[in-house]
Amino acid sequence: MSEYGGGRPMARYIRHACAFCALLLAALLVNAARVQVVQSRVYDDNPANRRAEIARYGHPRGDILVGDEPVTGSVDTGEQLRYERTYRNGPLYAPVTGFASQSYGTTFLEHAGDGVLSGTDPLLSPLPLWNDMTRRPGPAGNVVTTLNRRAQEAAYRGLAGRKGAVAAIDPTTGRVLALVSSPSYDPGVLSGNGEAVTSAWARLNHDPEKPMLNRAVRQTYPPGSTFKVVTAAAALDAGAVTDLDAHTGSPDPYLLPGTRTRLTNEAGGCRDASLRSAFKWSCNTVFAKLGVDVGVQNMVATAQAFGFNDPGLRIPFSVAPSTFDPHVDRAQLALSSIGQYNTRATPLQMAMVAAAVADRGQLWSPYLVERTTRRNGETVAGSGAHPVRQVINPSTAERLKELMADVVREGTGTRAAIPGALVGGKTGTAQHGVGNTGVPYAWFVSWAQADNSLEPQVAVAVVVEDASANRGEISGGGNAAPIARDVMRAVLGR
Amino acid sequence: MTKAGTTGTPVAAARTPAAVVRLPRRRGIELALIVLAVLLSVYGYCAVGLARTGTVPPGAVGYGAGLGVLALSAHLAVRVRAPYADPLFLPIGVLLNGLGLVLIYRLDRETPHDRAAPAQLVWSTLGIGLFIAVVLVLRDHRVLQRYAYVCVAAALGLLALPILFPAVNGARIWIRIAGFSIQPGEFAKVLLAVFFAAYLAANRNALAYSGRRLWRLQFPTGRVLGPIVTIWLLSVGVLVLERDLGTSLLFFGLFVVLLYVATGRTGWMAVGLLLAVLGAVAVGRMEPHVNQRIEDWLHPFATIEAGLGPNQLSQSLFAFAAGGMLGTGLGLGHSVLIGFAAKSDFILATAGEELGLAGLAAIFLLYALLVERGYRAGLALREPFGRLLAVGLASILALQVFVIAGGVTGLIPLTGMAMPFLAQGGSSVVTNWAIVALLIRVSDSARSQYDGREAP
Repeated sequence: MSEYGGGRPMARYIRHACAFCALLLAALLVNAARVQVVQSRVYDDNPANRRAEIARYGHPRGDILVGDEPVTGSVDTGEQLRYERTYRNGPLYAPVTGFASQSYGTTFLEHAGDGVLSGTDPLLSPLPLWNDMTRRPGPAGNVVTTLNRRAQEAAYRGLAGRKGAVAAIDPTTGRVLALVSSPSYDPGVLSGNGEAVTSAWARLNHDPEKPMLNRAVRQTYPPGSTFKVVTAAAALDAGAVTDLDAHTGSPDPYLLPGTRTRLTNEAGGCRDASLRSAFKWSCNTVFAKLGVDVGVQNMVATAQAFGFNDPGLRIPFSVAPSTFDPHVDRAQLALSSIGQYNTRATPLQMAMVAAAVADRGQLWSPYLVERTTRRNGETVAGSGAHPVRQVINPSTAERLKELMADVVREGTGTRAAIPGALVGGKTGTAQHGVGNTGVPYAWFVSWAQADNSLEPQVAVAVVVEDASANRGEISGGGNAAPIARDVMRAVLGR
Repeated sequence: MTKAGTTGTPVAAARTPAAVVRLPRRRGIELALIVLAVLLSVYGYCAVGLARTGTVPPGAVGYGAGLGVLALSAHLAVRVRAPYADPLFLPIGVLLNGLGLVLIYRLDRETPHDRAAPAQLVWSTLGIGLFIAVVLVLRDHRVLQRYAYVCVAAALGLLALPILFPAVNGARIWIRIAGFSIQPGEFAKVLLAVFFAAYLAANRNALAYSGRRLWRLQFPTGRVLGPIVTIWLLSVGVLVLERDLGTSLLFFGLFVVLLYVATGRTGWMAVGLLLAVLGAVAVGRMEPHVNQRIEDWLHPFATIEAGLGPNQLSQSLFAFAAGGMLGTGLGLGHSVLIGFAAKSDFILATAGEELGLAGLAAIFLLYALLVERGYRAGLALREPFGRLLAVGLASILALQVFVIAGGVTGLIPLTGMAMPFLAQGGSSVVTNWAIVALLIRVSDSARSQYDGREAP
């Protein structure tokens, strides 16, 4: 007890004070463990924490490829968010790539393939544990599209800046060969995060031409006469028509059931026409009556088999659902059957209709991503053809092909003909607006099969909504068919 | 007062008859640890360069040589004048100083127009110079006891000095002379520790045995308490005027710890805690500056929720969280997002992000070891002034680490203060080297006079 100088056991108090200091430092360590390990996710995931963004843009973004050629790139800006997206030929591929913006997120393939493109997809790294250990992100991967560059270019050139869209698919697999929307925009102007990007964003969003609207998959149009393919398919499959050349007993004009509205035709010779000539000359009266004869149940079933009323389609980004209204009276059904009333379709949906007809009634799920690869080209994941369903009987499909081929050979779609190939098509001039005062949309859906080929090679749908043209000049055969022809020729290589 | 080593207890005498017990000097261990510390620092310096540019930075050799020469000169001074000193003080100081230089150099990569590492190296040189001077000139720490009142006058003068200078970033703690910013409050810490130790050593019996007893706590009389509380109030008052709350908290803690060690009276702790609570409430109410700090501590993400973006504390927390267990690696973190004061008050966030919890634990352990060695020197001494001085200096380090590290990790409200040795700031580095020099001096006395009674 006795100590030098004082007589009180100072050593004891020194030990207490030392223990106190140790306690302080231990508290620091415990708290550091709380922040760094236990609750680190809360801090990491805070939207105000820029680290995730810095990491995301800290290395070049993977590329989107058309064929072997990347249509995208990355540029090192040297800023805090280092790499910005660039696009080669941005407007041409904008409906496919979408944009990858540091300010406004991602859309379309940039969005659907973001895991691979940004390098976060766990499949990309051959040794995931090793990357976790080193905490270094692996290089980003690439997304290879199914697009056919020449078909895409032909479609874009054909639209020539007019409002409209083109969708082309391979009927036997569902591969999307062309997806064009016009007018388009350069997604590169949205890549960064500066003042210029903000104003470009505002300008694009307020543009009355809606250049950022992807008309091929996100806009539905009344399909007009092109929908007669579906009505004919339903009539043949349901047995309402058994002989293409038999008279259908349809009046001209046709009185919509339960109303006094008279439905007429643009062309003559529709009274009591056979299905073949009615299809060739696009008789509204015949197909309105056929739809009513087939009945709402069969019409809805066939339309849905082709993909109408399906909100779940993804290619891999979502496609706006095309609609065929199942709750209609007979007059509405008559109008629905000629692609009016509440019947609406995306260009991609109409391409799917043509494709299913071309491939013996078999519908394949459309897809846009051929495969995803690592930086060095090794495949990470491949996608293949997925059959959806047998939409119509193969025999029905064969007879429909005959009807469609007649249209191109000698009907309203002669401008889609390609020497050396069998081409089938259907024109459409869809009225819309209150009292049909709007400028009609010109449609053309078709498929083509080279003479030396065993299978159809391409199905395409074109819509042109040209506000500048006179009403009389807008027609599927005049405006849309040549675009479809050029796209098909690009695919056939002629 | 009896000199240790000349007489022993019966037990010790029985084991070591007559002969004076000499502890091993352990200077070789110190040298080896210093070499290791220098190598670790150079490795960190290279790691930054390799991570940033893929090449070893061109200054690596010069940096290593500079730090090595400084450390070796300090080692030589210790070898000559304090051969029995604890061999851990100097290597820990060198390693922390070297690591601090690495972290500042690393943050300089993000701010090419504001290089702080070269100036910090100059200050480190000055600090080690002061270290050598203290070790060489101060032959016996008890000399300081004579200058207690000179020390306190100087400390108060230094604390008052910045009032004459314009405020910087809301705090009047800097003076600017010839382009250099000096924080006189840093030097005042050591001087106040010397004064407290001397005063309490002289008056501890009066403090311990006089006074009233209230319930189980014994309170001192006003006569003995008067002078020391006056001086404490003066220093704290000056600090509140200067709005430097970290230092104010540090002085208060130092005062309470030394009072407790000198008297062993728990009543002192009660008085201390009461004063602390009263002071905290009063200052928190009156000072909007302080009130804001407390609000930030309670709700670090308030500015984010208000749409104003993250404040410094949330950025600091983000940095620590990003480090995780092992850290991002030197040069690969983004602690620069903290912005202002990333190299000084928030330097620990860079360590936390780039070295992870593992590195942070290592740094805390180094501080703990430094503090523990200081306390151990105090325990081994036989005279109260040396004991209190060692305890005071070690406590300054411990409290300072707690206040600033606790602040930047959200454990306690944030108050601006320099992480000892690590943070950018010349006055702080120089002061910390002075503290280590004094600890080495005290430890040398303790171990050279070892009598086998207490653990050395």
